[in-house]
Amino acid sequence: MGSVAELLAKRLVFGIATLWVISLLVFSAVNLLPGDLADAILGQGATPEAVAAFRAELGLDQPVASRYLNWVADILHGDLGRSLANDRPISELVAGRLANTVRLAILAAFIAIPAGVGLGILATVYRDRPFDRATTTASLIAISFPEFFTAYILVALFSVTLGWLPAVAIETRGGGWQQALREIALPALTLALAVVGYVLRMTRAAIVNVMAAPYIEMAQLKGASPLRIVTRHALPNALSPIINVVIINLAYLVVGVVVVEVVFVYPGLGQLLVDSVSKRDIPVVQACCIIFAATYVLLNLLADILSVLSNPRLRRPRQQV
Amino acid sequence: MSEDVSINRRHAMAGLGLLSAAAALPSLAKAQGPAPKRGGAMRIAIADFATSDSLDPTLAETQFSQNLQWQLRNNLVEVGPGGKLIPELAESWEGSNEARTWVFKLRRGVTFHDGKPFTASDVVHSFNIHRKEGSKSQTKPILNQITSIKAEGPHTAIFELVDGNVGFPALTSAVGLYILKEGDTDFNKGMGTGGYILEQFQPGIKAVVRRNPGYWKSGHANFDSVELICMKDATARANALITGQIDAYNAVDTRTVNLLQRSSAIRINRVKSKAHFSFPMMIDQGPFASNDVRLAMKFAIDRDDIVKRVLGGFGAPGNDHPLSSAYAFYDGTIPQRSYDPDKARFHLDKAGAANLRVQLHVSETPFTGATDAAVLFKGHAAKAGITIDVVKEPEDGYWSSVWNKRPLCTSRWSGRINEDVLFTLGYTADGTKAGWNETRLNDERLNKLVAEARKEFDEGKRRQLYGEVQRIVHGQGGSNIFAFADFLDAVSSKVTHGELSGDWMLDGCRASERWWFS
Repeated sequence: MGSVAELLAKRLVFGIATLWVISLLVFSAVNLLPGDLADAILGQGATPEAVAAFRAELGLDQPVASRYLNWVADILHGDLGRSLANDRPISELVAGRLANTVRLAILAAFIAIPAGVGLGILATVYRDRPFDRATTTASLIAISFPEFFTAYILVALFSVTLGWLPAVAIETRGGGWQQALREIALPALTLALAVVGYVLRMTRAAIVNVMAAPYIEMAQLKGASPLRIVTRHALPNALSPIINVVIINLAYLVVGVVVVEVVFVYPGLGQLLVDSVSKRDIPVVQACCIIFAATYVLLNLLADILSVLSNPRLRRPRQQV
Repeated sequence: MSEDVSINRRHAMAGLGLLSAAAALPSLAKAQGPAPKRGGAMRIAIADFATSDSLDPTLAETQFSQNLQWQLRNNLVEVGPGGKLIPELAESWEGSNEARTWVFKLRRGVTFHDGKPFTASDVVHSFNIHRKEGSKSQTKPILNQITSIKAEGPHTAIFELVDGNVGFPALTSAVGLYILKEGDTDFNKGMGTGGYILEQFQPGIKAVVRRNPGYWKSGHANFDSVELICMKDATARANALITGQIDAYNAVDTRTVNLLQRSSAIRINRVKSKAHFSFPMMIDQGPFASNDVRLAMKFAIDRDDIVKRVLGGFGAPGNDHPLSSAYAFYDGTIPQRSYDPDKARFHLDKAGAANLRVQLHVSETPFTGATDAAVLFKGHAAKAGITIDVVKEPEDGYWSSVWNKRPLCTSRWSGRINEDVLFTLGYTADGTKAGWNETRLNDERLNKLVAEARKEFDEGKRRQLYGEVQRIVHGQGGSNIFAFADFLDAVSSKVTHGELSGDWMLDGCRASERWWFS
């Protein structure tokens, strides 16, 4: 297990370095965009006097470098800072939104991952039979439709025509958790549909790859059933790529939900990020980006660790020599 | 209250022209329809919002925060349907000293949400927040004319102006000039004298308010609670109304109005507005220095085509001056300018500018469909021999880096409180200094007329003065004002209301206090 700890430490250091580079990139990118917060908030009424007063109040008249260094110093003290635009603490702005995004991602993952892996396994069991063709074609369609289109189809069907589920997730007051679940159902289903196809196809491809190995032929000659061959012999050896694709898709569920959030009026982190970019509210943009980047870094780390653990050859590299 | 009104009327007879508007409304109760009913939880979806929304009155406001502000707070004067002034926290007002001194008599027996009585010192505080040194308020340029505000006793506030302004009472109805509690600077608490009390405010998500049981206006603020919900996506707003998750929303997509109208459970509220779209030309830049070139550009645009194709027919063609019939002094006798490529060619030849080629800078920031409008204009103008190169600009930063910088760009003006504010900001030399005069028009006669009208108490004379101003802008200005947009709101048929106001969407952003469930 020593190598796992070493890997973990190395990846953590890389991860922190990645986050730092990203913060630098985001900060300079937002500063390169035309206009600043004062322009964005004052809009058409941005008289020179008002803009100057605004900039002075927000410290936007200071040089870019010193603003960045101040921000880094605050972060190192565990302070995400305050929103320039409405002077609320960013931690407060972000916390609720992040919880919403994660809740949606978890529900979507609960639908998408068992369905994707399960259907992928079945597709290999019934390889080249009608079931296999139907699922792979359906998954290709699900991947190809843009999310907003899937979302509108689901709304038209389940909300407008059938009236089973709410069309927007606006957190109706006093509805309890059942109502909350009903409201989150369509956004979660939309996201799940976007992801399930990838997981299904990757699972199928990974297992099919292994199925050409001699030991599978051996198992077939032993007379093992197709289901047993896939689950007992092929799947354990195909786990590593499957874990990778599942986790990358988990990350996507957290960071790629902007469109779904807008269509379903779901107050998540993606919408906050878009709003903040358009207002040039740099501290909030930074905070959101760091959270998104950290999600990727941590989930990738998790994927690596799980890959290693699932593969005895990687787990004990030295003993193999 | 009736006594005050009769006093007002006497002064109005004596020549205080503007006061007649306020005095003509003897009470706040609406005359039309059945009496409002109490109760119910109202849910309104708003298209225009920002995560940066706050209740700080000095910051620019989205429609979301404006609706919220008027749930929680009142102004001295309110704008009613048809642009009429209604006394709100001021019961009456009177100008003297050539309209330099304005005395506002304040309403008695009004309290803030925490029970503190409303007095004149609250008024002083609320105006001074915008006027103080280093203020970033957009209302400051309008308030620069005030030299002093003082409280005389608890129920009288006196404003002294640099120069006479008969339109001053109307200015106090402006967005931002809400009456706050004296000393209150923690704006996001939402303290005010309004019909609702703030329960929850999550910028960019929603706000929830509940009825103020002690509200001073009778028959107003009828809902038990109101929820304002931020919804950017037009389809999401429509779906939410169709499925009954909300009761009303603003900014209906003109492309889907007809589909919505098929449902008997939904009503479309269409209101004529003061909002207009324009391709302003800077009259001190390049070819636009010649009035013949400007006229050619104005004759080379097919207004009806743009109204039909960009606004879906929900609007009216503009006539190259900024007034619509929603303004009191709109002059309908000015002939409507229409598409005439031959006349355009004639003016081009006269200016010696045949084969004119110009760049039109556009983005979707001023209004949705701006790019389409520009491309349509390009097609219209081609028939008059004018080549327009449409330059697509980024949406972000459009107002600061393109508008008012490029000789020919795309612009949108929402309404202004009255003719004086509109013309002073948009069309005079003072407006150029303030950064609002997008065409750089600097006409001596117009500057003089606007200044004269500001001090003229006689309504007939003001009408005459503003009529001439409109003719100057129409004939010599750089404004190519091609369309006025209608406001389109969609409401559930359960919702009832009186005559609708056209100064903002959702009944002048006051739907929460004016509407009720039938």
